[in-house]
Amino acid sequence: MTHSTASALLVNDVGLHARPSVKLTQTAKRFASELEVALAADGPWVDAKSPVKIMRVKAPKGATLHFRALGPDADEAVRQLVSLVERKFDEE
Amino acid sequence: MSNVGIVIVSHSSKVAEGAADMVRQMVGDTVPIAYAGGNPDGGLGTDVAAIRDAIDRAWSDAGVAVLVDLGGAETNSEMAIEMLPEIRQSRVVVCNAPVVEGAVMAATESSGGSPLEAVKRTAEELMAS
Repeated sequence: MTHSTASALLVNDVGLHARPSVKLTQTAKRFASELEVALAADGPWVDAKSPVKIMRVKAPKGATLHFRALGPDADEAVRQLVSLVERKFDEE
Repeated sequence: MSNVGIVIVSHSSKVAEGAADMVRQMVGDTVPIAYAGGNPDGGLGTDVAAIRDAIDRAWSDAGVAVLVDLGGAETNSEMAIEMLPEIRQSRVVVCNAPVVEGAVMAATESSGGSPLEAVKRTAEELMAS
């Protein structure tokens, strides 16, 4: 079991709106690890695999998303989520 | 396809078609999706046979989650489920969720390979604040 954390700045124009939220949860669901997201390093933490909870985060452009993962593929999971955010969710 | 299928049932064919478009564009094509909207005359309403056909089109061995809008859409969906072969009936559920948002959330859950109960729970989580 590995514990992994990282953060990424939301640089896409719409922030964590509907489509980015869907992509984030879809990416998170590919991993076995527990994965959580927060807008601050000390939480509150939200389940990154829950489409409804992620949709409610409503983070704007310029916000920082913090990720933490616990499980066998924690490092790769966090790396993929950071990459998705930095790629502007492949939308721009 | 092994992911849970999604069926959208609305009184309006335009709402049903538009919601299905949203799901495809937002979630992608890894989830079987079908819709039924309007009555056989082209007006507002829902049609049991059309709903049953939509369930067939979206069929997955993992099951099918049905999203409905108002009143008759729910009762007609339940009737459509009763018309299915008995072995399939237990693998179709009607979700208590808003039709458009519920369809997107259910499809997102399905796209991750979640089982039918989890897909239904995610759609219905929208109703809890």
